[in-house]
Amino acid sequence: MVTKAVKSSLALRNWEKLRRNKLAMIGFCIVAFMILCAVCAPLLTPYSPTDIDLGSRIKPPSLSHPLGTDKLGRDVLSRLLYGARVSILIGLSGALGGAVIGTIIGCISGYFGGWFDKVMLRVSEIFMTFPQIILVLILVVYFGQGLMNLIFIFSISGWPGTYRLVRGKFFSLREENYVEACRAYGIGELSIMFRHILPNTFSPVIVTVTLSTAGYILAESGLSFLGLGVPSGIPTWGNIINSAKAIDVISNNPWLWLPPGLAISLFVLGVNFFGDGLRDVLDPNQ
Amino acid sequence: MNSESDLILKVDNLQTQFHLSRRVVKAVNGVSFQMKRGRTLGVVGESGCGKSVTAHSIVQLLPKMGRIVDGSITYYSSNGAVELSKLKRNGSEMRAIRGKEIGMIFQDPMASLNPVFTIGHQIAENITQHEKISRAAAMERAVEMLTMLGIPQASTRIKDYPHQFSGGMKQRAMIALAMVCNPKLLIADEPTTALDVTIQAQILELMKEMQHKYGTSIILITHNMGIVADMADDIAVMYMGRIVEFGTVRQVLGSPRHPYTRALLQSVPVLGIAKGERLKTIRGSTPDPSDMPEGCEFAPRCDFATKQCKTVPADTDLGGGHRVRCWNCMGGLTT
Repeated sequence: MVTKAVKSSLALRNWEKLRRNKLAMIGFCIVAFMILCAVCAPLLTPYSPTDIDLGSRIKPPSLSHPLGTDKLGRDVLSRLLYGARVSILIGLSGALGGAVIGTIIGCISGYFGGWFDKVMLRVSEIFMTFPQIILVLILVVYFGQGLMNLIFIFSISGWPGTYRLVRGKFFSLREENYVEACRAYGIGELSIMFRHILPNTFSPVIVTVTLSTAGYILAESGLSFLGLGVPSGIPTWGNIINSAKAIDVISNNPWLWLPPGLAISLFVLGVNFFGDGLRDVLDPNQ
Repeated sequence: MNSESDLILKVDNLQTQFHLSRRVVKAVNGVSFQMKRGRTLGVVGESGCGKSVTAHSIVQLLPKMGRIVDGSITYYSSNGAVELSKLKRNGSEMRAIRGKEIGMIFQDPMASLNPVFTIGHQIAENITQHEKISRAAAMERAVEMLTMLGIPQASTRIKDYPHQFSGGMKQRAMIALAMVCNPKLLIADEPTTALDVTIQAQILELMKEMQHKYGTSIILITHNMGIVADMADDIAVMYMGRIVEFGTVRQVLGSPRHPYTRALLQSVPVLGIAKGERLKTIRGSTPDPSDMPEGCEFAPRCDFATKQCKTVPADTDLGGGHRVRCWNCMGGLTT
């Protein structure tokens, strides 16, 4: 109970600081609005994103279909809203998964050092020598398409960044006086590592998670556009664009690709604004 | 002379070395002393003389390359004697003693508190670490302790983070942290060096008060002669990892017999010093610990060095527990 109160008051202080950062608040509003829309999708549109209505194919925006319909007569707005759910889910879970893996390995590696640190450092370097998109492409080919597969792939290809961040932080933090003080009060190694040092590394990790969420949403869109991401049956922002990739569609039916494109850009922009603001607030050096 | 039950700590021929990549630094080189219950031992000496390493050896809080190579450290707890130097460094036995039996206060209170936790959380954590007690009860004890240490509105201040505390208050919080489990022995490693003089006096006063209340023994590490004279019952003067003079405050400060102790005392400014008179300095600087001079390690800087000083001096017992590690201590050291 005590710890909860502790965290909320610290969070409150940072929230106050964040509110003074205009760009961050704009970003936050964009992100919050879009997530809200995605969550409330059934209330905002009467159509199912997968219902095919061959009677009304490629209709421009109208009152009944605010963003028009696609080649199979599916409502673009509902596809956009339901697609947001999947896209944001993939982006966020991928970023979180990578952060969790990276943090755990980084903790152990940075605190104890030794052979484990040496091995993991080399492994992370091997991961980082490949451009991430190529690594993801290889893994997609190997594991196959699918929602969970994609999250898994983003997680295991994205951990080295967080790993190196947390490891570096641990190297400096483990020499701090309060760590020695903890030892002097008889607190165990594991408790020192996870309960006393780890919370001090959270700020940069949180920032990385937000910023890489944006990256993974872009990556998902790119992969889906190439037909390597989420199976085309599930609406995602990338899949919607993918179904509009013919040249005549691009010139004649802008409502098929413009809304998902804008949604991606806006969301990524919002997340980046928010992440940058968060970094300014959480980084005491600035 | 002392009955065993009177003792709290016995350090015998302690040798701690740091194994660096190419050389071995002998930080503590055969230190022996005994501590009685409820007394304060002041350990003084220049920077790098092994004061802190001695203290850290007692609780085995040495860096990775540091190890105790010889000697024994015996702690007499209420359940009998424990040989601390034989315990595993981070084993559960050692950890049960740290914080519970032997408390520690550090030099820099600003850096010794974790910035992401509240003061209360950190004090309560220390209690729950060693005692089976609920979180709420631990918090109550923390408030009590802080109130006793003179922090106003402790019940609200306990929810503050370290950065919301001033330097003196942080050191009070550190004392609370160290004393909250009521340890029998408190190691204070330059507890007031980072504080300004008025706060220093308050903190020292507090430590004395706590000692009276709980009968704690204190090892006080400092390089401030004034603090030692004020606080300590016994004094150990250290130079290059060895105790060069040991005795009661009266013996050591009243009639110092080692040239180093004398030199230290002469380098302290005192009220009433004659106008224009200069403070004495100790010439030269401390030798490189990995390249010690032959014989007495203070000889190159000593004004009284003789040929005999080329051989390692033995401890000379002057009676009443006063011992000096110098060949010339019996003769009149006149300047």
